[in-house]
Amino acid sequence: MTIALSGSKIADKLKEQFAEGIVEVSRDSLLVKSESLLDIASFLKTTPGLNFDYLSCITAVDYKEYFELVYHLVSLKHNHSLLIKTRCYQRVEPVVPSLVSLWRGADFQEREIFDLMGISFDGHPNLKRIFLWEGFDGHPLRKDYNYGT
Amino acid sequence: MTGIHCVRITIMALKTEPFVINLGPLHPSTHGVFRMRATLDGEVIIDIEPVFGYLHRGIEKLAETRTYKQDIPLTDRLDYVASMSNNLPYVMAVEKLAGIQVPERAEYLRVIMAELQRIASHLLAVGSLANDLGTFFTPFMYMFREREKIVDLFEMVSGQRLLYNYMRFGGVSHDIPDEFLPALEKFANRMPGFIDEYDQLLAENEILLARTKGVGILPKKLAINISASGPVLRASGVKWDIRKADPHSVYDRFEFDIPTGSAGDCYDRYRVRIEEMRQCVRIIKQAMEQLPQGKVLNKVPLRLRPPVGEAYAHIEAPKGELGFYLVSDNSEEPYRFHIRAPSLINLTAIREMIIGWKLADAIVTFGSIDICLGEVDR
Repeated sequence: MTIALSGSKIADKLKEQFAEGIVEVSRDSLLVKSESLLDIASFLKTTPGLNFDYLSCITAVDYKEYFELVYHLVSLKHNHSLLIKTRCYQRVEPVVPSLVSLWRGADFQEREIFDLMGISFDGHPNLKRIFLWEGFDGHPLRKDYNYGT
Repeated sequence: MTGIHCVRITIMALKTEPFVINLGPLHPSTHGVFRMRATLDGEVIIDIEPVFGYLHRGIEKLAETRTYKQDIPLTDRLDYVASMSNNLPYVMAVEKLAGIQVPERAEYLRVIMAELQRIASHLLAVGSLANDLGTFFTPFMYMFREREKIVDLFEMVSGQRLLYNYMRFGGVSHDIPDEFLPALEKFANRMPGFIDEYDQLLAENEILLARTKGVGILPKKLAINISASGPVLRASGVKWDIRKADPHSVYDRFEFDIPTGSAGDCYDRYRVRIEEMRQCVRIIKQAMEQLPQGKVLNKVPLRLRPPVGEAYAHIEAPKGELGFYLVSDNSEEPYRFHIRAPSLINLTAIREMIIGWKLADAIVTFGSIDICLGEVDR
C-alpha cells in the first residue's frame, strides 16, 4: 500500500531549511509559497529517506480568488506519496515556477495547464498551447470563461 | 568491387537537406488523429515534434457542468477501447469523496471486468503493433478473434459493445446474468492456449525481432523521470504496478506477478503486454473462485452532493496510471474534474526514443507505446 505521508511529518523535515516557504500544513497535504516551490521540490526529490523520484500528476484548480496547483509526488523506492500545493493570487498573467528541470513528466502537464487554465510556468523549455490552437481566445477551464450559449 | 566502391563515394558526396514531413493527423500508424512533425535527413529522423489536440473535446470542462452521475458515460469516451477501466477510477474517486461503501461482490466484478479489459486492450495494442510492422492485418485478426469474446462478455453484463457505462457509485449497474460465468470460465481456460499461439506466431518471428529489438529504447532513469507508467515503465525495468504498490478493490487477495523488461525497447514493451495477459487470466480465475454472493450496488442518493473536499483515485489501467482528481463544493456537479491520462504522459520522451532512427522505426516505436487519442486529447 502506498503510504500517504502527512503534511505535518514532511513539514518537520522542511522546517530547518524552508521555514518561510511553508504556508499551511494539513493532514494530507502541504501548502507552500510558489517562490520556494522549486527549492522544496528539489529537496523532496534528493533527500535520502524521502526520494520523491516520480511526479505522478499535476493539476490546477480555479478557486476564483486564487489558482491552486496540486502536485502528486510518489517515491517508487519507498512507496510513499505526498500532496504539495501552491497558490497563485494573480488572475492576470499568473506565473509559477516550472518543475520540468526536476521531473520531465511535468512537461506536457504544465503545457496543458498553461493552455486550459492560463497559468505560465517560469523555466519551462517549450511553453505553448498543447490542445487548443495558437490564437485561441481565453482559457476554458477558468471559472469565468465565457463559452457562449 | 570497384563498382560498389564507386557507388559509396557517390552517396557520400550527395548533399542532402533536412526535410520536414507531417505524419498525420490522419495516418494509419497514428491510431487516431495525431500528428508527428518529423524532420528527416534522408530516411533518418533528426527531430520530431508531437502535435496534439485533434480530438480535444473539452471533457474536463464538460464534466464540470454535469452531475456526478452524468459524468460516468463521459469517462467511457476517454480511452474508448478500454472503457471499463476508465469508469473504475472515476467511481472510486467519487466514493472516496462521498464516503460510499462498495459491496464485496461488486468489488470482485470490478476486478474481473478490469482484467478482461486489460486483455482486450493489450490484444489491440499487440495486434496494431504487428500491423505497424507491416503484417497487413493477419495477426490483428487473430487478436480480434479473442477480443470479440471479451466484448461478448461485456455485452452480457452491460448491453454495450464499446462504451459500457457499467460502474456506479457504490457498485456496478447490474449483477451478471446466469450465462456469464460459464462463458467466462470457457474464455479463461482457452485464453492461455491462444496466448501461446501468439507467441509462436510472433515472439520468435525473425522480422519482428529485427524490427523491435534494440529499437526505440527508453532507459530506466528516463522512464521514471518522465512519469511513464504501465507497460512502458515496466518494460524499462521498473517493477511498479499500482495493483501491487497501492492495491485498490480486492487486488491484495490475488496472486500474480509483475512482468518487467530490461532493455526498454519495443520488443520488451511487446513482451510485457503478452506476459501481462497471462497474469490477467490468473487473476480472473482466482476472482471467479472467490466470487461471493450478495448485492452488487449499495444505495446512493440519486442527486449526489459529496461534502466539500477533494479526492484522488488511481488504478493500473491497461495503458498506465489512470487517475481522477476531483474537487467538490457540495453541489451536484464536480467543481474540478481532472484526468491524469497515461497516454499523454507516456509520450513525453517520444523525441529521445525516435531521434536517430529511421522513419519506419519511428512508427514501430510509436505503436509500441500504445496510446489512445481519446485519452491523450480528452
